[in-house]
Amino acid sequence: MFKILDKQVFSPVIKQMIIEAPRVARRCQPGQFVILRIHEEGERIPLTIADFDREKGTITIVFQEVGKTTRQLGTLEAGDYIRDFVGPLGTPSHIENFGTVICVGGGVGIAPVFPIARALKEAGNHVISIIGARTRDLLFWEDRMREVSSELFVTTDDGSYVRKGFVTDVLKEVIEDRGKDNINLVLAIGPQPMMRACCDVTRDYGIKTIVSLNALMVDGTGMCGCCRVTVGGQTRFVCVDGPEFDGHQVDFAELARRSATFRAEEQRALERHTCQCGCGGGK
Amino acid sequence: MAEKKEIIPRKHPMPSQDPLERIRNFNEVALGYDEETAVAEAKRCLQCKKEPCRQGCPVEVDIPAFIRLVAQRDFAGAIKKIKEKNALPAVCGRVCPQENQCEKYCTLGKKHEPVGIGRLERFCADWELARGVQPQEVAPPTGFKVAVVGSGPAGLTCAADLAKLGHRVTIFEALHVAGGVLMYGIPEFRLPKRVVQAEIENLKKLGVEIVTNAVVGKFATVDDLMEEEGFDAVFIGTGAGLPYFMNIPGENSCGVYSANEFLTRTNLMKAYLFPEWDTPIKVGRKVAVIGGGNVAMDAARTALRLGAEESWIVYRRSEKELPARHEEVEHAKEEGIKFAFLTNPVRILADENGWVKGMECLRYELGEPDESGRRRPVPIPGSEFVMEVDTVVVAIGQAPNPLVPRTTRGLELGKKGNIVADPQTGATSKPGVFAGGDVVTGAATVILAMGAGRVAARSIHDYLMKKKA
Repeated sequence: MFKILDKQVFSPVIKQMIIEAPRVARRCQPGQFVILRIHEEGERIPLTIADFDREKGTITIVFQEVGKTTRQLGTLEAGDYIRDFVGPLGTPSHIENFGTVICVGGGVGIAPVFPIARALKEAGNHVISIIGARTRDLLFWEDRMREVSSELFVTTDDGSYVRKGFVTDVLKEVIEDRGKDNINLVLAIGPQPMMRACCDVTRDYGIKTIVSLNALMVDGTGMCGCCRVTVGGQTRFVCVDGPEFDGHQVDFAELARRSATFRAEEQRALERHTCQCGCGGGK
Repeated sequence: MAEKKEIIPRKHPMPSQDPLERIRNFNEVALGYDEETAVAEAKRCLQCKKEPCRQGCPVEVDIPAFIRLVAQRDFAGAIKKIKEKNALPAVCGRVCPQENQCEKYCTLGKKHEPVGIGRLERFCADWELARGVQPQEVAPPTGFKVAVVGSGPAGLTCAADLAKLGHRVTIFEALHVAGGVLMYGIPEFRLPKRVVQAEIENLKKLGVEIVTNAVVGKFATVDDLMEEEGFDAVFIGTGAGLPYFMNIPGENSCGVYSANEFLTRTNLMKAYLFPEWDTPIKVGRKVAVIGGGNVAMDAARTALRLGAEESWIVYRRSEKELPARHEEVEHAKEEGIKFAFLTNPVRILADENGWVKGMECLRYELGEPDESGRRRPVPIPGSEFVMEVDTVVVAIGQAPNPLVPRTTRGLELGKKGNIVADPQTGATSKPGVFAGGDVVTGAATVILAMGAGRVAARSIHDYLMKKKA
């Protein structure tokens, strides 16, 4: 059992937790993820590591409530326990001094970008971060991102905070402004359409772009292939070969189709969970 | 001279759930002997002096002795005798391919049906599990610490043997429960998970510590375990958990699963209880399982129980070459599994939403025997046809999981990514590191993995004792 040491509510649907997990904290690297299971009847879900403290033996996760399990996770409080918490999983981000790197975080994807941006900055890169969300309430960690970035741009889809527009709009502007030859790498993490859109922008400029894929997973250790994705015409497993891949090589259409495999079941589980009529939901 | 006894030519039948009923549930198919039947079956044993049955058992159970005790109704003595050699008798009695092992050599089997050794072993184990298990004797502590990586049949056996010898054993398991393929792979209707967990609880009584959610190669490497965590020796039993795909077009369509995913969702995550349990699974009306091994049979039978109207085994050789256990094939047939022999898909067809709608297949004929001794399937040109299916499960085998082999310094690996280990000792190229089971041999059987775990335990003990000297 893994104890929740701290919980913060960023918005009604975005929450942060600090989990006591010394074995994970000891070796984890930016870009890796964990798989957790809340209770005995629970499913295993992957969440990217947003931060870690090796001395305290803790892992920070930030999640958005999108279905039954994340919603249930959101009801837990500091002092509660998570039944299973396994990691660090996946291949760490490739960190070196590339020169100038643009880190793009969309929505809850801001959290996994943070430790990577920090590592890139520590490796001597000029880190230009672009963070964005649909609306002001869904934006978080502006201060933390500022700390680990050389420059920070903030945007909201509806213009409720700072500027109106998508992260891709800002990405395009920054590239135009600095000149494509002065940008050595782009890293984009967020919802699949956002990552795909970022890749579409950078493809035209020929800037290498890394994305962190959020495929469906079961075990997260390479034994089932549920998370397989086509990258450069080859089948790869996101959980062991990734989660980061060259975005220009990723078959995003296939990824989107596979991600929707259980949509009807997910909906059913959520409705049952939300139902308050005493039918057995809400467990 | 023993008195001349009347020979009963056939095994006492095993009661089982009616096929029409059982395809609607996940309860165990074979129901086990009662005491009277077990005693009667035990009395069929000729108690031959040469004990040929014992050569067929990879963990060397004293078969005639335990059967003699069953015949005398000393069930407690019988299970004690079995457990001298076998740490998981309730499992082995259920899933061993006895026809190729102990029962293959039974003297009675030369003219008649062999003694039902597996059924008797299962009976004894279940008899004890129902009554509470007696703790086994453990040698005084040696002061040595051994890490066992992986809690499948190889790791569990190795751990049990080492614990009995007085070593402090810690098992590291990547998943959230111990048992490996016994938990995620073999279905509930063949091997109830409560039976597996009960046997694992027995191991804990020997002092074995099990750490779940611990992926060796990620939270720590084998080298870390030895250098930083003070383990004196390591046994690697991480199995063959890397699924092969066919690498044909359309294989990433929705509705195409590896057998590992399909069975893990169902067995480990209990997707058949969705939505009471959270993990979903989706099975269409017509399911095709590609392959002919036990895993394929398990997947096809699971598909029926999940509600498929038709469940097909699609196999590129003929019925005679099916690698699955005979009993599993028979059970599958009883349940209405359909077989397409000499058939193999070359392309998976998807609808506009990316969901499987069919497979383009080729028909095959058998050519000359290949290196495995089986006749090679040769495609018949122009025999293409479309099989309309909406779910495909790929069960064409697994490779060793590379996570531990790749992250351990100085470990010699084979061509398929398997760990090279001496079959006589389980020793790898790295001092103090031993390996056994599917990670060495590639996908094989539960009992062979257990045999390898036993062999390695013996040489780990020798290694440690020499270290002490």
